[in-house]
Amino acid sequence: MPQVSLTVNGRPVKVEVEGRTLLVQVLREKLGLTGTHVGCDTSQCGACVVHVDGKSAKACTLLAAQLEGASVTTIEGVAGADGKMHPMQEAFRDNHGLQCGFCTPGMVMSAIDLAKTNPDASEHEIREWLEGNICRCTGYHNIVKSIQAGSAAMRAAK
Amino acid sequence: MGADGIGVAVRRKEDVRFLTGRGTYTDDIARPGQTYAHILRSGQAHARIRSIDVSKAKAAPGVVAVFTGADMAADGVGGLPCGWLVKNKDGSPMKEPAHPPLVVDRVRHVGDQIAVVIAETRAQAKDAAELVEIDFEPLPAVVDSKDALKTGAPQVHGDAAPGNLCYDWELGDKAAVDAAFAKAHKVAKIDLFNNRLIPNAMEPRAATGDFDPASGDYTLYTTSQNPHVIRLLMGAFVLHIPESKLRVYAPDVGGGFGSKIYHYAEEAIVTWAAGKLKRPVRWTADRSESFMSDAHGRDHHSHAELALDKDGKFLALRVDTTANMGAYLSTFASCIPTYLYATLLAGVYTTPAIYVEVKAVFTNTVPVDAYRGAGRPEATFLLERLVDVAAREMGMDRVEIRRRNFIPTNAFPYQTPVALQYDSGDYFSTLEQAQKAADWAGFEARRAEARKRGKLRGIGISTYLEACGIAPSNIAGALGARAGLYEAATVRVHPTGTVTILTGSHSHGQGHETTFAQVVSETLGIGIDQVEIVHGDTNKIPFGMGTYGSRSLAVGGTAIVKALDKVVSKAKKIAAHLLEASVNDIEFKDGKFTVVGTDKSKTFGEIALTAYVPHNYPLEELEPGLEENAFYDPKNFTFPGGCHIAEVEIDPDTGVTKVVKFTAVDDVGRVINPMIVEGQVQGGVAQGIGQALLENCVYDKDGQLITGSYMDYVMPRADDLPSIGVATHTTLCTHNPLGVKGCGEVGAIGSPPAVINAVVDALKDHGVTHMDMPASPQKVWSVINGAHRKAAE
Ligand code: FES
Ligand code: FES
Repeated sequence: MPQVSLTVNGRPVKVEVEGRTLLVQVLREKLGLTGTHVGCDTSQCGACVVHVDGKSAKACTLLAAQLEGASVTTIEGVAGADGKMHPMQEAFRDNHGLQCGFCTPGMVMSAIDLAKTNPDASEHEIREWLEGNICRCTGYHNIVKSIQAGSAAMRAAK
Repeated sequence: MGADGIGVAVRRKEDVRFLTGRGTYTDDIARPGQTYAHILRSGQAHARIRSIDVSKAKAAPGVVAVFTGADMAADGVGGLPCGWLVKNKDGSPMKEPAHPPLVVDRVRHVGDQIAVVIAETRAQAKDAAELVEIDFEPLPAVVDSKDALKTGAPQVHGDAAPGNLCYDWELGDKAAVDAAFAKAHKVAKIDLFNNRLIPNAMEPRAATGDFDPASGDYTLYTTSQNPHVIRLLMGAFVLHIPESKLRVYAPDVGGGFGSKIYHYAEEAIVTWAAGKLKRPVRWTADRSESFMSDAHGRDHHSHAELALDKDGKFLALRVDTTANMGAYLSTFASCIPTYLYATLLAGVYTTPAIYVEVKAVFTNTVPVDAYRGAGRPEATFLLERLVDVAAREMGMDRVEIRRRNFIPTNAFPYQTPVALQYDSGDYFSTLEQAQKAADWAGFEARRAEARKRGKLRGIGISTYLEACGIAPSNIAGALGARAGLYEAATVRVHPTGTVTILTGSHSHGQGHETTFAQVVSETLGIGIDQVEIVHGDTNKIPFGMGTYGSRSLAVGGTAIVKALDKVVSKAKKIAAHLLEASVNDIEFKDGKFTVVGTDKSKTFGEIALTAYVPHNYPLEELEPGLEENAFYDPKNFTFPGGCHIAEVEIDPDTGVTKVVKFTAVDDVGRVINPMIVEGQVQGGVAQGIGQALLENCVYDKDGQLITGSYMDYVMPRADDLPSIGVATHTTLCTHNPLGVKGCGEVGAIGSPPAVINAVVDALKDHGVTHMDMPASPQKVWSVINGAHRKAAE
């Protein structure tokens, strides 16, 4: 079986993959990183969002074999070196931006990318950005609030 | 109230694990030696199976086993049971056709389970399933419940349910209703279809069966809202495994909304197969499988008539409903359009006479069962639409006709003509508060302003109530329930004074780990970080009926309170002994036991330690230890209610309807954590707006599911929804100690009619008096343009 080498949450890993193996399968089944979730099979829900070379990407839509040399960050890898949660994670907690928690890792990863590319996004821009992330629990109201607060905290930390 | 006690918006205890990717959902659990199951499902809506040949699949790489319905039948595996027996008008029992986990010789809906392929990897199982050869004889299918009742309709179960009829049921006083209609000043009428929905919890269903040959113990890991119920149903009826040998564990569950209440075929299949193979068997649904195998919701056709006197007072209500059950009876399917629907048709009004007829019908579609609200959204939609129609018919204001018919605030307890007795409520206050928050008075100016921009603006209102925490067991039993409706709890105080609560309620987003801990904190005067809430595991929790129907706090929370009372009462005796006082003189407050009128006291921690190190202890009268159980069977339902107001704007060029403002004022009884209540209501409202404007499950006439993925089934996304303004107005429930009513479903119940009433209001100049859900752009556009054309003609 072909092998790919990539960096996951700062750690170099080498894994055997089939041609059809998806990044999300590598993360969940080979590396035990079960924080990245699978909510659909049509690339619509965003439960699987991770960062690939710093940009948000749907791990259910990337073949592992494409990722030779890539750097992947998952929800397990965003906390600070001191173990403190990322400001975006904190903001979701402070603003009740999650209920069942299933969409949450994808939401947070997506939100961090938004805050980096558009640090002061309006409510409208946030809602548009979340087009690819479905949440069935919250009605998005508190997710939007969380992202506003998280972005502000990220700006302040700069 | 303490820092963590009742009424405080404390942050959730469960959040850190979810936010850091350390939640444990069923599909996250790997077992040594595990295999993967793939369920081969029917692509046909209705067909006889002439033969199944699994030999090629069995020989495929990595395949461990392939089983069919014949294998399960040969092993004596039973059918999936239905938990509620509804009786026909003549007293005869409903029809309950067999519901085998794997079909034997006939498939009855797209997605029906035909065989299971078990292999070393997921991909191998899927690949091998392609090699199963099935010889089908296609049969005509029927999809719509009204079509299924016609003579000559395809028969889903043949003689097991002649005419596709499951039951023909009634409630209320027909003669009184007929008499009231005979003297009515006006009669308002409506025909409507409450659209079929697909629940779509974001975590797809999953189940892993495990078997330990040494002990003979089975374990089922499953995405369930009620693991004890699954243990009972699967153990007793399907697999015949004694409860003592069967553990059902529902770890973190990614949303349920009703769809994870039921005992599903896959749970029985993986547990049974694990026993056969002596290896763990894992199954996780692809989303496409969820669409065709999770129980669907709603799907009612109704005709309703409301008789009014000349002042607009409601004299009587007559309702005729046909409910689609799908191809088989799911676990609680039968009670949804009866005891959870018809009983709600008085709503918040004093209608003195009501008569309801309900026919439940089998079709070649996925089984239909409870989805957030379960029967109550259907009742509320019908009633609140009909009241708007009546207002128009009478030339009365929509709010005035509601006020005129509200149950007066001093009329509680209030007995309705459809069996329920409401304990408390104040519909005038929730209405007024909502009207103010929504600036109802300023609406016409906003409508005029929108018109200038070429937009059609409308406002809609719904004043509603619902019934939660279905109860009590003896009455439910007399009405056909085959299970109890209590809840169980254990309070285990540890020697150092920390507390573990074992609860039969299940949390899959509701935040019980926080809310329940707040109740404990309030009672015992300890911080919520000293309290651990354990749920979901039949090996840890004595018993439980689980979480559905917004019952967790009202029923499960009360069980905890009852067990806490026992703990406090025993602790007082220990304190009395230590303080050398009479137990009657001991007062417990803020975590301290004090001899009344003195400064002699002991802390809760000291008492806990004494209970476990009983050196100075009344051993003759009292057992050591501090742990108590309680089972609580509620005396009545609880009745949350309130007022929802939606304001919409329609773009006549595209037909797109946007909810521009949404206001919910709900009476959910005492609020333990306002942050969590708000979140529950917002989530419910989002699902309600989803039903009203976007979501729709569609089958073609041959029974193919057209909306089988997120490409076709329109889920509400962030940019489809407005901010959702939520407030509460509290009247206390009078029959549980916390005074709580429940908040999980109010959002999904109150909102759909508010939205559709707003759409109809926006389109009133186009001659629209009703629109079925969803008010899709196409439907709205056609109405506007059809009307334009008519005007031009
Ligand atoms: S799992 Fe749904 S988008 Fe990736
Ligand atoms: S929190 Fe449950 S799906 Fe978003």
